[in-house]
Amino acid sequence: MITELGHFALILAFIVAIVQTVVPMWGAWRKDTRLMAVAEPAANVQFLLTGFAFAALMWAFIVSDFSLQLVVMNSHSAKPMLYKISGTWGNHEGSMLLWVLIVTLFGAMAAWFGGNLPPTLKARVLAVQASIAVAFFAFILFTSNPFIRVAVPPFDGQDLNPLLQDPGLAFHPPFLYLGYVGLSMAFSFAVAALIEGRVDAAWGRWVRPWTLAAWVFLTIGIALGSWWAYYELGWGGFWFWDPVENASFMPWLLAAALLHSAIVVEKRESLKSWTILLAILAFGFSLIGTFIVRSGLLTSVHAFANDPERGVFILMILAFFTGGALILFSLRAGAMEAKGVFGMVSRESALLANNVLLAVSCFVVFVGTMWPLVAEMFFDRKLSVGPPFFNAAFTPFMLLLGLILPVGSMMPWKRAKLLQGMWKLRYGFILALAIGGLIWAMQSGRSLLGPLGILLGAWIVIGACMDIWSRTGKRGSFTRLFRLPRADWGKMLAHTGLGITFIGVAGLTTYQQEDIRVAQIGVPFDVGSYSLRLDDVQRLEGPNYLSTMGFVTLLQNGDEIAQLRPEKRVYPVAQMPTTEAAIDYDLARDVYVVIGDAQVNGGWAIRTYIKPLTNWIWIGCGLMALGGLFSLSDRRFRVAAGARKASANPVPAE
Amino acid sequence: MKRRAFVLALLASPAVALDPSEMLQDSDLEARARALDHGIRCVKCQSESVASSNATWAEDARRQIRELISEGQSDQDVKDWFVTRYGEFVLMDPPKTGSSLALWLAGPAMLAVGALGALSYLRGRSKPEAVAALSPTEQARLDEILKK
Repeated sequence: MITELGHFALILAFIVAIVQTVVPMWGAWRKDTRLMAVAEPAANVQFLLTGFAFAALMWAFIVSDFSLQLVVMNSHSAKPMLYKISGTWGNHEGSMLLWVLIVTLFGAMAAWFGGNLPPTLKARVLAVQASIAVAFFAFILFTSNPFIRVAVPPFDGQDLNPLLQDPGLAFHPPFLYLGYVGLSMAFSFAVAALIEGRVDAAWGRWVRPWTLAAWVFLTIGIALGSWWAYYELGWGGFWFWDPVENASFMPWLLAAALLHSAIVVEKRESLKSWTILLAILAFGFSLIGTFIVRSGLLTSVHAFANDPERGVFILMILAFFTGGALILFSLRAGAMEAKGVFGMVSRESALLANNVLLAVSCFVVFVGTMWPLVAEMFFDRKLSVGPPFFNAAFTPFMLLLGLILPVGSMMPWKRAKLLQGMWKLRYGFILALAIGGLIWAMQSGRSLLGPLGILLGAWIVIGACMDIWSRTGKRGSFTRLFRLPRADWGKMLAHTGLGITFIGVAGLTTYQQEDIRVAQIGVPFDVGSYSLRLDDVQRLEGPNYLSTMGFVTLLQNGDEIAQLRPEKRVYPVAQMPTTEAAIDYDLARDVYVVIGDAQVNGGWAIRTYIKPLTNWIWIGCGLMALGGLFSLSDRRFRVAAGARKASANPVPAE
Repeated sequence: MKRRAFVLALLASPAVALDPSEMLQDSDLEARARALDHGIRCVKCQSESVASSNATWAEDARRQIRELISEGQSDQDVKDWFVTRYGEFVLMDPPKTGSSLALWLAGPAMLAVGALGALSYLRGRSKPEAVAALSPTEQARLDEILKK
């Protein structure tokens, strides 16, 4: 019964979305306030109905209603409750329902917080947002309906993919979708502004919080996924350049670019058409990501139940929204004349350089991801593009970005002096150079990328600290430091986070130690400066799996520092094995232990990794997200938008 | 207990990709083999190198790499051995020849285009905005005022 109500609510939401697309748009064109007023209640009703449909599906998972096909295929009565709930979106149909739920949530939020938008813009934004929802409602109802019953319900289900039964992965998709779909708001604002034919500083201020929110969620979602891959896949990689990972990384890069260009629109009313284009492309790449994941066009480890029919449907959605918006852009972009005048060297030009580098690096990822397809179609060459290409082709842009970031972020608006800006940072650069030099001196015969990455990371962190200190006046003062606008703190935290991630990536990729061996029970062995001892191996039983657990003692200089429990699990229902690495987390290094097979001549295969600075990667991502949240809570977004406060962000005196 | 052991035996053995029994005694050769592991794709898997894959094919590939290296073949020989049998697809790193060169050049080329575009935009922005010339009537009015 609840299931049928959920299905019905979904169909109703589809109809409401169609109404919300057509009526307010028509009303905005006719300047009819009554028609435009439909948008707000429609957005709320749409959200409530979709929320009800989602809750109904979740209920079916919670009570293990095996009369529902989706529950049979993705759940099991013995599964822990957390994974019964997360199983709702651990499959294609349910995750699409979550996706559209978030589209409607953002639409409703635009209605709640959009009180100060001009009425026609608001109506158009909500109409465009609803049109995205229409497309995805149709996709769900016609190709991926989660509410399909089975005639003869089985006694139990087929269980969720064991890899997905993990707390990290339970929350990875919702955050990722909040990010992907959050970009739909920037898209809706861009298209609405193109229809209106007007982009001004106020528009930049409205668009920025949505982009910030989307970027924060994407950062968290990607970091969760990366962390999950690190501890779950059994050899401690954090990024694989898999097509689906790239699909989430491309919107992230463009959202980061959009964040920065929207500042220029907001403060200086320049870069308008570029910002609009970025907003369209950022969401376009979200759709491309969806297409890559769901169509199975590119081989990826993230295999969903792929289906060509679904792929074609999403390709049509992609073509309609991105293509339509780009056509609109080509017709209307000419009307967006820029106002501000600024020199070749200025904050504006630095932000432009940031945008060029981020957009080009996104392009490199895109070309690398699509190249196997292009090569096969046009050159009849079947080839792979793997991590070696991406590491070589992508990294230089990031290094360049890291190099210019501290200088650019301290430049004054309008006109700056490059040498003067660099002179201000001289001590910071010397310090970073010293740190990099020290690292270089300590290592022997390894890649130069390690010290270089750490040097740049340190340079970014020091630069961010010097930047915020310089905001407190010539002498600097701690009391003023804490009275700075939150946006300044956001900038400082996010940039620091990026620097810390740089350091983590450099440390992990350059200084990792690997050891694979047969360990005999009770016989210690050395890895790096550590010593490990396999005390015992036991077969244990979990709620829905069987485990082979190793009891490992980690020692340093004869002292015990940790007990590690690496596991091999087998999920009998899904017939799948997983590895659970045991990790001793530490700020300086992780010790990562994986247990393998029992050996014929006795003993167990044990893999040990010493992974320096790994946690810095995720701490950095956390700081970036925190920085985004700080910026998001800045006063200027809370007070009436449009009312410019001259003192909100003073230009530093030269 | 017996039944559980049976279940365990039935399922493919999970976890560790490279097994100690596969490894070479000589640590220099083994280091070279591991580097090669990361460059050879597991053709039975979805975008995974043989270094991380648990598939039987990947295990065979790893043994093959070690066998070839032990025979004294160079890294390039090993790669060629795989390419002749499985095509370019088996290399994680696309070759820098022919049409694949376009892939390697795409990034730098795009950077050049982006930088040129940005520079021309900056040039346009750094000049003061051109003020539209006065119309004849406005000019006449201005002359009139100035004459006074």
